[in-house]
Amino acid sequence: MREALDQWNFVIAAYAVVIIATLVLVGWSWLAMKRAEARRDEAKRR
Amino acid sequence: MHGFANPARFLRLARWLMPSCLLLGVAITSLVVVYGLFYAPPERLQGETARILFIHVPTAWLGMAGWTTIAIASFVELVWRHPLAALAARAAAVPGAVFTALGLLTGSIWGRPAWGTWWVWDGRLTSFLVLLFLYFGYIALAGALDREGGNGRIAAIFGLVGAVNIPIIHYSVLWWNSLHQPPSISTGGSAMSGEYLYGLLAGALGFSFIFGGVVLMRMRELLAEAQAAARLRRRASGAAEGMA
Repeated sequence: MREALDQWNFVIAAYAVVIIATLVLVGWSWLAMKRAEARRDEAKRR
Repeated sequence: MHGFANPARFLRLARWLMPSCLLLGVAITSLVVVYGLFYAPPERLQGETARILFIHVPTAWLGMAGWTTIAIASFVELVWRHPLAALAARAAAVPGAVFTALGLLTGSIWGRPAWGTWWVWDGRLTSFLVLLFLYFGYIALAGALDREGGNGRIAAIFGLVGAVNIPIIHYSVLWWNSLHQPPSISTGGSAMSGEYLYGLLAGALGFSFIFGGVVLMRMRELLAEAQAAARLRRRASGAAEGMA
C-alpha cells in the first residue's frame, strides 16, 4: 500500500528547522561576543 | 588588505558592518520565507515540496562558501601572516558547519517526498556529509591549538587541504549517478522559472548577509578573547618581574 504524504508537513518542518537554527546561531554568537568583550573590558579595568 | 590587519581599524568597521549585515539579512530572509511559504506557486512535478528550494539551496551554498572562506583566510594567514586572517578562518567555521548541517537536513526532508527516501549514499550527499565532518575536525583542531598554544599554521594547512572537497561536491552530480538533480543555475543561464530563480537568489543574498554578520560577531568575540588573554599575560609577567 502506498504511503500518503502531506507535502506541507515536510515544507513546514524544513522551514522550522532553518528558522530556529538560524535564530539560535545569531543569538548564541551575539551573547558570546558580548561576554568576550565584557571580559576584555574587565581585564582592562583591573 | 593589510590596512585591516590593525585590530582597532577592524573593530571600527565591524561595529557598523555587523548590525547592518544582520538587519539586511533578517529583512531579506524574512521576505523570502513569507514568499516561499505563501506566495510561490507549487511546482509542476514536485508540487509544494519545491518551496524547500528557497532555504535548502542557500544553506547548502553557504556550507560550501564557509569552507571557501576558511581556505582563502588560511592561505592569507600562511602567505602574508595577516593577523586577522586566522580569526576570520576560525570565525567562519561554526556558521559554516551550521549551514552545512541545515543543507543536509533540509535536503533530507525534501528527499523523503521527492525521492521516497531520507538518504542515499551517492556522490553529492556523501561528499556534503564529509564537508560537515571536515568542519568538526577543523573546529576541534583550531580549538585545541588555541587552548594549548600550538602552531596555528597547522589549522591553516588543514583548511587549505580540506578545500579539495569543494569541487568534488560541485561536480559530484556530473561525475557520478545521483538522485540529486544537476545544477539548475550555471554561467550559461538558468533552467528555473523566474518565480523560483529570483526567490532563490534573494534567499542566497539574505542568508549570506546573516552569515557575514555572524562571522563578524565571532571575529569580534575571538579578538576580544585574544586581547583579554594578552592583557592577563602582560600583568602576570609584570608581577613575576616585580617579585624577582
